[in-house]
Amino acid sequence: MTEERPAGGRILPFAAVFAGVLIAWYAGAVLLNAPQAKAMLPAGHAGLWVLARASWTMQRPELPAPQQILFTLGHSVFANPLTSPRNFLYHMAVTAKETLAGLLLGLILGIAVAAGIIRWRTLDRSLMPWVIASQTVPILAIAPMVVVVLGNLGITGLFPKAAIAGYLCFFPITVAMVSGLRAADPLALDLMRTYSAGNAQVFRLLRWPASLGFLFPSLRVAVALAVVGAIVAELPTGAVAGLGARLLAGSYYGQTIDMWVALVLSSLLAVLGLAGVRLIERLVIARRGGRL
Amino acid sequence: MRRRAAASALPVLAIAAGLAARALLGHAPASLFLLFVLVTLAATAGALFALAGGTSLAERLASPLLFGLLVLWAWEMLVLGLKVSPVLLPAPSAVAVAFADHYRTLAADFRLTYLHSVVIGYAIGCCLGFAVAIAIDRSPFLKRGLGPFASLMSAMPIVAVAPIMIMWFGFGWPSKAAVVVLMTFFPMLVSTTAGLAEAGAMEHELMQSYAAGYSATLIKLRLPAALPLIFTALKLNSTLALIGAVVAEFFGTPIGGMGFRIATEAARMDLGVVWATITVAALAGSISFGLIALLERAMTFWHPSFRAPAGS
Amino acid sequence: MADLAALSRPAAKAPAAHPPASVVIEADNLEVVFAGGIQALAGVSLTVQRGDFVSLIGPSGCGKTTMLRAIADLVTPSAGRLAVNGKTPGEARRDRAYGYVFQAPALFPWRTVARNITLPLELMHLPRAERAARAAEYLGLVGLAEFGRKFPWQLSGGMQQRVSIARALSFRPSLLLMDEPFGALDEITRDGLNLHLNALWRRTGMTVVFVTHSIPEAVFLSTRIVVMSARPGRVIEEIPCQLPAGRALEIRDSPEFNAVAHRVRQALRAGHSYD
Repeated sequence: MTEERPAGGRILPFAAVFAGVLIAWYAGAVLLNAPQAKAMLPAGHAGLWVLARASWTMQRPELPAPQQILFTLGHSVFANPLTSPRNFLYHMAVTAKETLAGLLLGLILGIAVAAGIIRWRTLDRSLMPWVIASQTVPILAIAPMVVVVLGNLGITGLFPKAAIAGYLCFFPITVAMVSGLRAADPLALDLMRTYSAGNAQVFRLLRWPASLGFLFPSLRVAVALAVVGAIVAELPTGAVAGLGARLLAGSYYGQTIDMWVALVLSSLLAVLGLAGVRLIERLVIARRGGRL
Repeated sequence: MRRRAAASALPVLAIAAGLAARALLGHAPASLFLLFVLVTLAATAGALFALAGGTSLAERLASPLLFGLLVLWAWEMLVLGLKVSPVLLPAPSAVAVAFADHYRTLAADFRLTYLHSVVIGYAIGCCLGFAVAIAIDRSPFLKRGLGPFASLMSAMPIVAVAPIMIMWFGFGWPSKAAVVVLMTFFPMLVSTTAGLAEAGAMEHELMQSYAAGYSATLIKLRLPAALPLIFTALKLNSTLALIGAVVAEFFGTPIGGMGFRIATEAARMDLGVVWATITVAALAGSISFGLIALLERAMTFWHPSFRAPAGS
Repeated sequence: MADLAALSRPAAKAPAAHPPASVVIEADNLEVVFAGGIQALAGVSLTVQRGDFVSLIGPSGCGKTTMLRAIADLVTPSAGRLAVNGKTPGEARRDRAYGYVFQAPALFPWRTVARNITLPLELMHLPRAERAARAAEYLGLVGLAEFGRKFPWQLSGGMQQRVSIARALSFRPSLLLMDEPFGALDEITRDGLNLHLNALWRRTGMTVVFVTHSIPEAVFLSTRIVVMSARPGRVIEEIPCQLPAGRALEIRDSPEFNAVAHRVRQALRAGHSYD
């Protein structure tokens, strides 16, 4: 039995929830900003609507209203060239680059280690438990140290951030790929044996294609982790470029709206990353006639 | 039999040779030292190969343990042998010393970060996620609306709200707990909602044939069936909570805490303390994960992933 | 055994107004149309008397399961009249008038075998001691007395299905609805369970409606076999089937048995073209 699709589909409920969040946001802005707004308004003028209007247009609100965030973002994007640090897209591009580089690093390393673990039973026995156990450890805690140590070695810029993002991605990708590379049909493996195929051939023709169904879900996890890794890696460097740096600067100088813009853009980055993975997955699925 | 003998003799040999090499480092002729290094490596490699075929629990545990020891030993030897600056990488022995020296600080950091931010935030976040999942359960409309929203939020870099939470809740642990609440809430909501849909159609019809109402079906059928997924979220969240608390402290905590310690001591190049704190964080993370996993095993023993192969 | 005479009556086209007290199920011109316009049942009329063992048999997709589900109020008829114990199926369900046995055991893996059997009793708020007594009683009845403390997944498929029958019996409904309960089991297990079910039915005197697509199974178990046609499901023929009460599996080699089986096969062929 297939699930019945009720009227309204998915759009309507999502739109309703979205609208609810917006309303709650504006209400929350009034609630949080009202004390400040009251102090700014001349005494006796505190009608509710006036108060609300004041809470939604403050310079340094506790919680900025959504339109303030959008306006600040729009202004920074259109009033400044793309190469200017005053343009938020510049910072987003920096973080995006770090994320992408980290993702690639983690992907290559993860697949290589997974292949090794599949190939050598000794590695499976000795290394795999550590890979699994490290998923329970807050790996991100090493970020400041890695950045500082690489800085001492004279390595700064993109690489330290990419290294941390990649290190975070490495574990889920490795774990998923070990399962994926093992997911090949035993019958198909026997078939390859009857052809006396070599290890590399079995990997290329059977194990790798069979593992993709495991790779994509882990990539989605990895994208989220890589964004977090890149942002956190930007924190300890004295912070010049990137969304994490922007976030920290905003927090130092009390520029609430800037913090929120950086937050929104980092969420957008994660969403774009997920969409990218989805797109690649779709393409692969399409090439395979509709199935992974 | 011969393999078994080798499997038990080689690790002993490897550890003895390793200890000897460590003791000789810098005191004995280079040739003797190198000999012990080579013996250690060869014995460890041989032991790992011999153990790889083993099936008993002891043999399965010995492989990763020996491998871990080898990594620690190699780290120690390389750092000391190559005279790596402690500003880059302290030797494990130096970390151990730092651990002992700063025991009180580490314990205070642990209390603040783990026992306050993590535990309280985790409890609130998980309970809230569970409660909301139950609350929206009877409204398919809300479920379809909140579902995609919650999965989206689960993929967001939520730690980045830390500066905002610090602004709202101050520099103390409540702001970190708030970050942890936000990080754990959405995975729990998503998992519980998915879990409540786990019970099969036939089981639902069985309850219907007994004229069981909504709450009876929820308690007797759907919640037990949801447990495996709820535990998945509980385990994931135990890691997320620790990450959330530690990273939130990177954004600013003038008081203390594990994240604060890591950030400030790294900036002061006192890497021994940093590594000691990381060790505490790693232990806290894996022990809490392990405890939840044990509870999971006790409560979802019936799930196919835990079942002993059907005997009788 | 007093009802045996009543059982041998051919299916009466009973007047709809006041069914006699011995009528358990009465369907009149029943129709079920699913969302999407698929017509599962078309004009099905059927009367089941107290103590009857009625099998519904027919090709896959003939609506025999739908018929059973309509009786159980798991499907709502689109037209026609259906009464269970003189009430609507919904009322009968809320009265807990029937026990239902599914194609699969549908046991809860987190409950022991005994606690699976007491599940409906918990929902009916029976006291704990009573529940335990019933679990022991019905486990004994299905020959699994020593297995109460095991978990369902530690039992074989046939044993699991016996547990699910015990669960359906545990609250002593007067009507048992069984939807291809042995369909997923191997032939040897199935033979054993058929013997078991036959003995159980004779001991309890319950009314059973049994969906199957095995002709030997239907003939072996039933007092009446209702042959249905392919979609939309209709009743082609009702075949009475009176084999001696104390039957063993060997009865399947007897001429009487084969005669009934032959009639069923003929009826199935009449209602279904194989091309």
